[in-house]
Formats: sequence, structure tokens, C-alpha cells
Amino acid sequence: MSSYYFTEEHELFRQGLRDFLAQEVIPHVDSWEEAGKIPKELWRKFGDMGYLGLNYPEAYGGIDADFFFSVVFLEEISRCFSGGFTITPSVQQYMASPYIFKHGSDFLKEKYLTRAISGELICSIAISEPGAGSDAANIQTRAERQGDHYLVNGAKTFITNGYYGDFLITVVKTNPEAGTSGVSLLVIDRESAGVSARKLKKLGWHASDTAELNFDDVKVPIENLIGEEGMGFYYLMGGLQLERLAGAISAVAGCEHALEYSLQYMSERHAFGRPINKFQVLRHRVAQMAAEIESTKALVYHCSRIHNDGGYAVKESSMAKLLATELANKVMTECLQFFGGYGYMEEYKIARMFRDSRIGTIGGGTSEIMREIIAKMVIDDKSYGNADVARPQASNGRSAKTEKAAPAKTTPPMTPMLDHLLPTITARAAKAKVLGSTLKFDFGGQQLVLDGSGESNVVHTQDSSADCTVDITLEDFNALIRGELNPMTAMMSGKMKINGDMGVAMKLQAILG
Amino acid sequence: MIDVYAREPEPELFRESLRDFLAQEILPHIDAWETAGEIPRWVWRKFGEMGYFGLNFPEAYGGQDLDFWYQVIFIEELSRCNSAGFAAAMIAHPILALTHINASGSDFLKEKYLISGINGELFGALAITEPGAGSDVANLQTKAVKQGDYYQIDGSKTFITNGVLSDFIVTAVKTENQMGAGGISLIVVDRGTPGLSAQKLHKLGWHASDTGLIAFDEVRVPAEQLIGQAGMGFYYIMQRFALERLVMAISGVAAAEDALEYTLQYMAERQAFGRPINKFQVLRHRMAQLAAEISRAKVFNYTLAQAYNDGAYQVKECAMAKLLATQLSDKVMTECLQAFGGYGYMEDYKIARMFRDSRIGTIGGGSSEIMCEIIAKAVMG
Repeated sequence: MSSYYFTEEHELFRQGLRDFLAQEVIPHVDSWEEAGKIPKELWRKFGDMGYLGLNYPEAYGGIDADFFFSVVFLEEISRCFSGGFTITPSVQQYMASPYIFKHGSDFLKEKYLTRAISGELICSIAISEPGAGSDAANIQTRAERQGDHYLVNGAKTFITNGYYGDFLITVVKTNPEAGTSGVSLLVIDRESAGVSARKLKKLGWHASDTAELNFDDVKVPIENLIGEEGMGFYYLMGGLQLERLAGAISAVAGCEHALEYSLQYMSERHAFGRPINKFQVLRHRVAQMAAEIESTKALVYHCSRIHNDGGYAVKESSMAKLLATELANKVMTECLQFFGGYGYMEEYKIARMFRDSRIGTIGGGTSEIMREIIAKMVIDDKSYGNADVARPQASNGRSAKTEKAAPAKTTPPMTPMLDHLLPTITARAAKAKVLGSTLKFDFGGQQLVLDGSGESNVVHTQDSSADCTVDITLEDFNALIRGELNPMTAMMSGKMKINGDMGVAMKLQAILG
Repeated sequence: MIDVYAREPEPELFRESLRDFLAQEILPHIDAWETAGEIPRWVWRKFGEMGYFGLNFPEAYGGQDLDFWYQVIFIEELSRCNSAGFAAAMIAHPILALTHINASGSDFLKEKYLISGINGELFGALAITEPGAGSDVANLQTKAVKQGDYYQIDGSKTFITNGVLSDFIVTAVKTENQMGAGGISLIVVDRGTPGLSAQKLHKLGWHASDTGLIAFDEVRVPAEQLIGQAGMGFYYIMQRFALERLVMAISGVAAAEDALEYTLQYMAERQAFGRPINKFQVLRHRMAQLAAEISRAKVFNYTLAQAYNDGAYQVKECAMAKLLATQLSDKVMTECLQAFGGYGYMEDYKIARMFRDSRIGTIGGGSSEIMCEIIAKAVMG
């Protein structure tokens, strides 16, 4: 399976990284676990090696590698016998800094992103609060605009890198009346006046610092706002994708590592005159786990490839996160059992693997949240658009009641620009089956033509005749693209009128997603 | 339910046409065949005419020589016909019986069986399992003793799909008594050969398919009916087992996916306590979990199908896929039937049949326990 995803370059990179971790990390993890802290110099070394900028352009000091280098990175850092260690660079590179890269100003990129890539600064993403986690629309931390700064008040909790880290990408409410459209992202320096933190004691992940943070009249310059005010929720929805995928990659790698570690032990440990790996009941248990790990890995790589190609696989990534973290709990429980009494002792690493795994089905959205997302997509045929491509306009008006993880319907309805929709349509048309004919969306004045009469589907906006013409408003079309309007419903309710070859129209679903 | 990534469009066109064909020509008859316990011969002829038995076979014998994705689609669509017994019959002929003749048979055998097997004039069965040995192929007891130009076969085979009605039986026999695995050969036995008799077995599910107990009593078969070399049968069988398991994995997932879609449809319509039952969170989460597990199994199967198509050897992986897919299918059927409540237990809805048809998955083609043995050997030595 690996041969479908990894090239020789990836494997060389893996080898180099593995050597680096064997030297710089593995010999020290026990003491870091004990101390509850990882020395900051380590991240400079990671930065020097380029490990914190795999996903970022060279302009910011990154490597600009394809996503499978990141897959290798996440897999290898998950094999260091310390989930607390693993999570720090994962958060840094895949869960926090992407928001600055994707939506931040040049100023923020200069000031924070380059220094996160170099390992000089450690960052965290502060979403959860004592009263709200995945329910991000209901967060309470308030940021009030006052001249050239925001005044932030509130509290965050369960924040990885939140105690020893340098800056926090903080989810705040800039407009408490606006629901999801009132959420924004602010970069807050950990040392700002008014920020206080308490280190939380945890079941596992001992090497990592997890904090409860308080913001008491914290002044944050307005240039520390990421992207647009009111867009925070959509940025999060786009970003959580990668966070979940990273979590799934890490969990599967952790399973593989635990199984290898257990197999080693089972070949050495004797009982009743033979190594315990000869007992059939244990062998079958291993076989079952090996099969589940292998198949979960196939799903995770599948999602990684979609991500690498710029796709947006909400359903698949949620499935991968759900299954991979559930599997990790199962694998750790069963593997610990193979060690008998030794499994309960700290002299073997399986005890730590066991407790470190337990957060997987909770962090980054619980298994229950994953199932909510999947159920909406599978049962209610809901689709989630990518905020990065077809983004709704921020609105200061009150938002309608919205689904938790979905782009909000904003009031008053916005008028999207056709230009903004083009990349999405073009991408979808390229992936869809060749139409075999031409299709025109007529927005009354503007139009979009899908010419599938040749070898591929070509998208353009010049007016021309077509085998089939669809009359629709740009607003409704945008809703179609974002999955908020079902094509069948649109047709039946008259929002979409079809003239000409109905056969072409039947293929709409493939393009509209 | 899950979009296959980066697939060519042509096979999907094939899927559409196959689906139309099945909807028109097959689905209306399924219930009758389930009751009758057999599939009429015209169906084989029709499949042959449509070219469905020759997807992966050379053009020289009337096949289409297409890539493996067409076979995947064939298996998937057959597995969505509300009768796994029907699917098993139609899959066993080309993928189990003909595959051996194509892969290792002489020109004579190919002329005789491959051509008429592909065009649907004849259909076959593969007979390995015996009353006393299944996956333990080295311990088969059916003997074939060479006497001049003939082999004389004595013994019995059981659980053989198409075992009663098929025209020919690719049979695993022991040609060298002492040699264990090295003494196994494959030989084609024609229906109607004196001394050959078959008895139809009653089964928990798979009602449309005929599963036979076959007895060989001094059955004389010409030596040219031997597939490949004498003593190589074990090797031929082992080589094809990986394919058989992948086929069962694909079929298991397709059936599970079909059942889930069927159930979601029902759940959208069925009301309880004033709302459709698909609004109850506990059912939603159960279905979400199943959907996720189906997607995982499907992506895994497709990864292996791609590798198979590229010529990779993957015994361990196919055993894993078969193990997981058939276990999952049982789980999905059990949970889906539950969503139908009392109706699930009635034959008015197809879920009852899906449930009983699924149960053979973890047994046939090597039980889950055999799969675990194979995987454990590969992983642990």
C-alpha cells in the first residue's frame, strides 16, 4: 500500500527523521514525562531541520513539501513513546499556525509564522472553554473593539502548549449577538498583561503542558486579528479538517508502534514452556488488530491524498478520526494485556501508550461529535463546503439558527461574486464525468457555461448557446454549490428552471457535489 | 456512499449499464428464484451474451480482457440484487471455476470450457471442500488414480456452489496419496459422467443458489481433463485464494452498503413518537458508525483491488480484507435489521434475507479463524 503514496524521497526523509528522533528525542522522553515539560531548545533544532515548516512556502522559511512528507512526520513523531511529546509539534504545525498562513495578514505571517516555522516560538490554538468545546458558536470569550485594540475577557481550557507556549490563536466573540458570524480569531501573546495560566494535571500526555487560561482585560492590537472579523467560525471549520486528519494519522501510527512493541515482547516472554506468541488465542487477537490497523491506515492515506490534492473530505476525515482513535484505544487495551503484570508497570512503555491514547476519542472533537457530523452527511445528505473556497460574507446582522459545524446562513443574504465561485466549479467540473454536451447557468446578466462536448469539461463565463440552460439566481446557485440547497428541491420549488435537454440536467448532481 | 478517488470514468459507465440490465432483467425474478432454490439456465445464457463472464479473460476465447475494476463493479452490482445466493452463483462460475482453466489449463480445456463458459452455454463449479476437510487442503481425501488414459475418481465434495446444476466441476483431487500438499491436482469433471451424483443441500440462506454434496463413485475422467500439471493443484489453489478472498471482501462491503442505504431509506419513512426514526440520536450515531466502518472497509478493498490490478501479491492483505469485510457485513445486517423493528423479521422487507445471506461470509472461502491464522503467520512468523 505504501508504494501508492510514498516515493523514495519520502522514505529517505523518514529515515533521516527517525535518526534525528532517536538521537534528540527518544533518549529524553522519560525525563520530559517526569518534568511535565520539554526544553525549548528542542524546537529550535526541529526548526533548523525544517521539520516545522513542511507544509509552508519557502518565503516563510518553510520547505513547501507535499502532504505525504507531513504524513511521514506525524507518523514518526508518534513513535517516540510519548503522546505528550507528539502533540506539541502537531499543534504547532497542523492545528494552530495554519490559520495564520491561510488567513493571516503579511504582518502576522512575518511576526509569528516565520518564527513558528523556525522553532523560535511555540503556538497553540485556544478554542475550548470551560463551557463550550466543539460547540464553537457558543463560546463566551469576548473581544471588544476599543480604538486600535481589542479588549479580551474570558477563559479557555485544555489548551495544549498553553502554559509554556509563546502565542495563542484565540477564538473570541467579537459580536456576541451574531452567533457563528460573530466569531473571530486573534493572535494573543502569552506574555500580554492580563493573561494568566494554570497548568492542568492530566491522566496522560505528561510531557505536554495543557493549560487553563484566563483573559482579564487583555489588550490586543487590532492588527493581531486573523483575516476578517466575524469569519473565525468558518476558518475553524476549514482548519479542523486538517486537525482531525493529523489526529487520525497519529493514532494509526501509534497503534502500529504499540503492536510492534508488543510483538517484540511476546516473542521474548515465555509461559508454559514456549514464547507467548505461539498461543493461538493471542495470535488471533494480534491478527484481528493487524487487519484493523491496516484497513484504517488505508482510509487515512486515502484522506491524506484528498488533502494533498486540495480536496475537502469532511466526511472521510471525520470517519478516519473516529475510527483511528477508537481503534487506538482498543489496540492499547489489548496490547497492555499481552504484557500481563508488566503491562501495569512503568518499566515498559505500554502503560504510557495506554494512558496517552485515551485522549484521542476526546480531543479535536469527540467521537460523538464525529458521529454527529457523519450522521448529518449520511442521513440528512448535508454537505459541508470549504470556507476557503466558497466563503460566506461576514455579516454584522443577527445570524439565523445554524447547524453546529456548517457554514451559516447569514442575513441579509449576500450577493456572491461569480469570480469567487469559479475555482470551486472548475475543480468540480474537472473531477466530474465529461458531460458530453453543453450546459449554461443563466444568472440574468451573468452566466456560467460548462462545455463538456470535448474531451473534458471546460468552464467559462462567456455567453454562448447550450444544449441545456438553467435559470437560477446567483444566490441560489451559491447555496447549491455550498450544499445548502438540494438541486432536486431547487428544481421542484422553481428556484431553478431548466430549458432544453433534461438529460444534461440529471448530471448536475455530480458537478454541484 | 464513498466516492472512489481518481477512478477512470469508463468503468463507471459499465456500472450504469450493468445496473440497468440487472434492474430490468434480473431483479423482477429474484424472489421467484429464491423460492425455487435455483436460477434458470436462460440467465447464464443472457449473462454470456452480455459479455459479463468474460470481463477478465482473453479476447481469443471470447473475453473482453478488461482491467480488474470491471470485475469489481460486476461483483458489487451483483451483490446489490437482494440475493447473495444469486450473486454467489454468478460469481463462482467465472471467478472460481473458469479462472483456474484460464490460468493453468491446456489449450484443449480452454477450447472446451473457457469459450462456452464465457458465452454462457456452460457453467461451472469449483469443488475443493470435503466433508472432512476444507481450508486444510493438504488433507483432502478424494482420490484420482491414473489408469492408462483415465483418472478414476472416488470420494466426495460438499458445500459446492453450483454443485448440482452446473455443467462441469473443477475438482481438487489427490493424485499422489502419500505426498500431502504435493499430491493435489485439479481436474475438470463433466456433469453426467457415470458414477457422479449430487445432492442439493438445505441452507440457512443463499436460497437462490444450489449448493451441492457431490459423490464420486469410480468416476472415469480422461487424462486431458487435468488442469496444468499433476501435483500442482495445491499451488494453483493457493494462488487463486487471494483473489477469492478479495472477491468476498468486495462482495461483503457492497452488501453492507446496500443494506445501509436500504435501511436509511426505511428510517426516513418510518415514524415513531411523532417523527421519522432517523431523527433519533442513538440510531443516527449507530448508522454513522456503520457508515464509517463501511467506508474504511471499502477504501481498503479498493486499495487492494488497485494493487491486484497492478499485479501485486498480497496474501496477508486479502486475508485481512476478507476477515474485516465479512465480520462487518454481519454486524451491519444485525444492526440494520434492528432498525426495522418487527418488520425486519418479516419477509416483506428484504433485510431479513440480507441478514441470513450475510452469515456465510465469515465461513465460506476460509473462515475468519483461518484468515486469522494466515495473518498471524505473516505478522508473527
